[in-house]
Amino acid sequence: MQSGDKDRVGLHSVWVWSVVLIGSAVAIWLAPSVAWLAKPPVDWVLPIADVTNQITEVIVNVAKPAFRFIGSVFAIPMEALQGLLQLLPWPATIALFAALAWVAAGWKLMVFTVLALFYMVLTGYWSPSMNTLGTVLISIPLALLLGFGLAVVTYQSPRVNQVVQPLLDFMQTVPTFAYLIPIMLLFGFGPVVGVVASAIYACPPMVRNMIVGLQQVPEEVIESGRMSGATPLQLFWQVRIPNAMSTIMVGVNQATMAALSMVIIAAIIGSSADIGWEVLNQMRKARFGESLIAGLVIALFAMVLDRISLGFTDRGRAVERQHAPTITRVTPWLVAAIVVMGSFVFAPQLTWLSVWPEGWVFYPADVINDALKQLTADYAAVMKSIKNTALFYYLLPIRIGFSKAISPFSWGFALETWMVQGYALVCALLCVVATWRYSWKVGVGIVITATLLWFGMTGIPWIVFIAVVSTLAWQVAGWRVGITSVLAWMFMVLTGIWQQAMVSVAMCLAAVLVCLLFGGALGIWASRNDRVSSIIRPINDTLQSMPLFVILIPFLMFFQIGEFTSFLAIIAYAIVPCIRYTEHGLRNVPETTVEAAVSIGCTPRQLLWNVKLPLALPQIMLGLNQTVMFALAMLVITALVGSKGLGQSVYIALSNSDAGQGLVAGFSMAFIAIVADRVLQGWSLRRQRELGLVQ
Amino acid sequence: MTDVKTDSAARAVSSSPDPSLPSSDGPMAGSTADTPKIACRSVWKVYGPDADKRFAELHSQLHSQLHPQLHPQLHPQQFDSEQLRQTLLEEGFIVAAADVSFDVQPGEIFIIMGLSGSGKSTMVRCLSRLVEPTGGEVLLDGEDFLAANDAELINIRRHRMGMVFQNFGLMPHLTVLENISFPLKLQGMPTKQRNACAREVLELVGLQGRENSFPRQLSGGQQQRVGIARSLAVEPDVWLLDEPFSALDPLIRRQMQDEFLRLQTILNKTIVFITHDFLEALRLADRIAIMKDGLLVQLGTPTELVLNPANDYVAEFTKDVPRDRVITVGELVDPLHSQTLPNTPSIADSTTLNNVMPLFESHPNGVQVTRDEQIIGVVTPAMVIQALAQHQS
Repeated sequence: MQSGDKDRVGLHSVWVWSVVLIGSAVAIWLAPSVAWLAKPPVDWVLPIADVTNQITEVIVNVAKPAFRFIGSVFAIPMEALQGLLQLLPWPATIALFAALAWVAAGWKLMVFTVLALFYMVLTGYWSPSMNTLGTVLISIPLALLLGFGLAVVTYQSPRVNQVVQPLLDFMQTVPTFAYLIPIMLLFGFGPVVGVVASAIYACPPMVRNMIVGLQQVPEEVIESGRMSGATPLQLFWQVRIPNAMSTIMVGVNQATMAALSMVIIAAIIGSSADIGWEVLNQMRKARFGESLIAGLVIALFAMVLDRISLGFTDRGRAVERQHAPTITRVTPWLVAAIVVMGSFVFAPQLTWLSVWPEGWVFYPADVINDALKQLTADYAAVMKSIKNTALFYYLLPIRIGFSKAISPFSWGFALETWMVQGYALVCALLCVVATWRYSWKVGVGIVITATLLWFGMTGIPWIVFIAVVSTLAWQVAGWRVGITSVLAWMFMVLTGIWQQAMVSVAMCLAAVLVCLLFGGALGIWASRNDRVSSIIRPINDTLQSMPLFVILIPFLMFFQIGEFTSFLAIIAYAIVPCIRYTEHGLRNVPETTVEAAVSIGCTPRQLLWNVKLPLALPQIMLGLNQTVMFALAMLVITALVGSKGLGQSVYIALSNSDAGQGLVAGFSMAFIAIVADRVLQGWSLRRQRELGLVQ
Repeated sequence: MTDVKTDSAARAVSSSPDPSLPSSDGPMAGSTADTPKIACRSVWKVYGPDADKRFAELHSQLHSQLHPQLHPQLHPQQFDSEQLRQTLLEEGFIVAAADVSFDVQPGEIFIIMGLSGSGKSTMVRCLSRLVEPTGGEVLLDGEDFLAANDAELINIRRHRMGMVFQNFGLMPHLTVLENISFPLKLQGMPTKQRNACAREVLELVGLQGRENSFPRQLSGGQQQRVGIARSLAVEPDVWLLDEPFSALDPLIRRQMQDEFLRLQTILNKTIVFITHDFLEALRLADRIAIMKDGLLVQLGTPTELVLNPANDYVAEFTKDVPRDRVITVGELVDPLHSQTLPNTPSIADSTTLNNVMPLFESHPNGVQVTRDEQIIGVVTPAMVIQALAQHQS
């Protein structure tokens, strides 16, 4: 009975794929003669961007005064806080942060915090840093409050949840630049835009974690609360919230990092004299030494905020802290208070306490620049060849396909008929062998891959791309996702940004494949070697908590502006989840399964390939899913260093204050992200169910 | 396969005790109050979309359609409920409890025993209204418990009910003392007073010195002691225990069972105790209710169950139980022909046969049996052997 069902499904999808493949072949064959098949015709484009602009204009005109008013209300506490932070002598601020770090995670973090903040003093970036901090400190509570409220409303009602979850997906996947535009139009220029945008951007992780936390409270604990005679309010505040606290604190941590990241990005619309602006400015002037020094400030900021807020997620510590003797709890703050008072008392005499003297500033930008110049001069040839190899043999074929990428200029020879025939023959042979040896699915996969590589993302007829991708989505994750996929891609066709979208897809795909390969390998290594694991983990943590455009700086230094730099930056950021999930998946294969495999005589290699990897595959797919999300997020930022595609469209729209174009391109990215997410998650979940890893 | 008819027939004889007759099998029966502490009157719990509505519809429908003349051998109530259950099952509903009725007398240890999915946990949750019954009545001290509004319900839980959970249900962020005093805190009792109360219960369960530990620092047995202490902190008279020892190691389980019996001799609560372990039920129970597929299959004292299982299902549980540990000497003695044997020891009528046999070594003619310190007769080795032979499994 069971196998009969399975066969029927198998047969069913054979038919589906046959139809899709034959249709695609016809479309490809007809494409040269039928113009609308090759490229989406211009007259199909609906004026969605223009309409959006008109609507936005109306809304902005009506609502602007209200929003400007709200903006000015937000500006009051923010300016007050920034003023206060500028006024406080730096030892006082450092002492307060040190005390917080001490409370959160002990003396080690305290030392690190003191050093990190002192670096800002030393390099003369104290004042812009404090402006950034002021903005962040206003937007975090705003995001937390917003997130808390939304989560409380959402978690108890499945119906509200159905509306809120996709909304959260959108808030997180629409590129940040894209919604800076409407916010900017509503609130005008200035730091308030940063506050609002980062509150919006930082709110989803808070909502998500809080909902998960509240839902994960064991039923029995809630029952025991009810049986203890708790009223609904008591149940919420004294049972649910404390039990969900550690997950909520993870949300606070993520929200904090998101807020910082967004405040930095908001510098792009030129707000106040904050550290993000400083870095961007230096980067634009191609002063890499300077941008590295300033970028390090952001990096340190991120690490300090991350570690402090992470410190509060440790429930055991939190509980111990709560029950520690008063003296232990008060000491850090007492010490901080003494330092604050001391610095105020001595500030009039010792002016260096309030303003760090110019002469004492340590600013080795020239040294770095010289060294860099020397280095790039010495290794120019090597770097150029690395860059060109990657471009010509990898990035270009994925984007425009072998059919166009192979030319005397790039590969050193022109494409001849026998090569084309040979390619077709080899692929056909591979397909037949794979079908015979493994399954028809592998064969279909080979045909599709070969076709995509031949025409490239931008060269494949759009209708073929949509058909193949949506069929895949349907077969893997159900018809709903399939339809979503069709609608999402059609949106890009009908808004006339198909070409840009395909450029982005090509870049993203290229980067994700590298991440999967190297990230997977690193993950496997880390899963087998504790030392490697303990080295990789903090690097991953740091990379992940880094505001996006800091990651651009090192690659920019060596490879200048261009596609290759953005490629590397995307990989650097997006590889992290691949490593993490692979390691996690492999390490969490049930112990009994491993023991059983070893006892029947698996070699370590067999154990890895035949037992652990298949079982860890769902986890690895979840990692891949994250990687795709991260790659898309970074893709937008890399528009700053000259990548093309949707990111560039958003960026251009931002500089033109063109809300319509920005939103259209932004939504397209969100659609790509959501389709990829649903497909990968759907697949992973199905596989986990099949393996009996979840109910 | 036990067919449905056997089941419902068994229910017809053993469940739904007529509330107007004084119960004869409760240990306190006849001696104290006539109102049972807890009374469950044909309680139903049905899960599924719009279950309440559909249940009410079917319920009234079947009541009006009754044709008792077609099935004179069945009690109309039974016919009705079995058909109702079948219809609900056919329509895809989950019937977690079907027409369950029983009384629990003050001071009794009433055990509901069943395998997973039998509806036993649902029943105890219906008694505490953690789950709202779909149909039927629950009376607490003769008052309609299901009619209590939210405020009254909270009040009842705060003062009259305590519950212990299988996986303890402790608050991980609170210390042992704070966990125990948690119900008192919710009532708004001042810190000093509630700590004093909590300390008393803490000593009762033997956790002195662990006041400031956190649950994660305790062993499973100790955690359950905290759970027990918390449930007793409000001095409830109804004590509900949902598989309290199932998550513990066998040795610890045994200890905790002894501990439980010790506490009950001190506290004399009215107890509903859920378990899937038949031997545990035998050890602790005054009376046992066996549930299967939401139905109450048989209700009786441990001896009744072992000696007269209502059907194959119950017999399956009882077949390996050593008879000498279940049969008491009181059941062997014929009080109408009470004899005396001077110069022999007297034993209580609740003594099981395995505990009598060693006495026969020095008293081959038998020993005297007492009930309420009155001699009611004699038990001899021959009587014991006869009883054991008769009830050979």
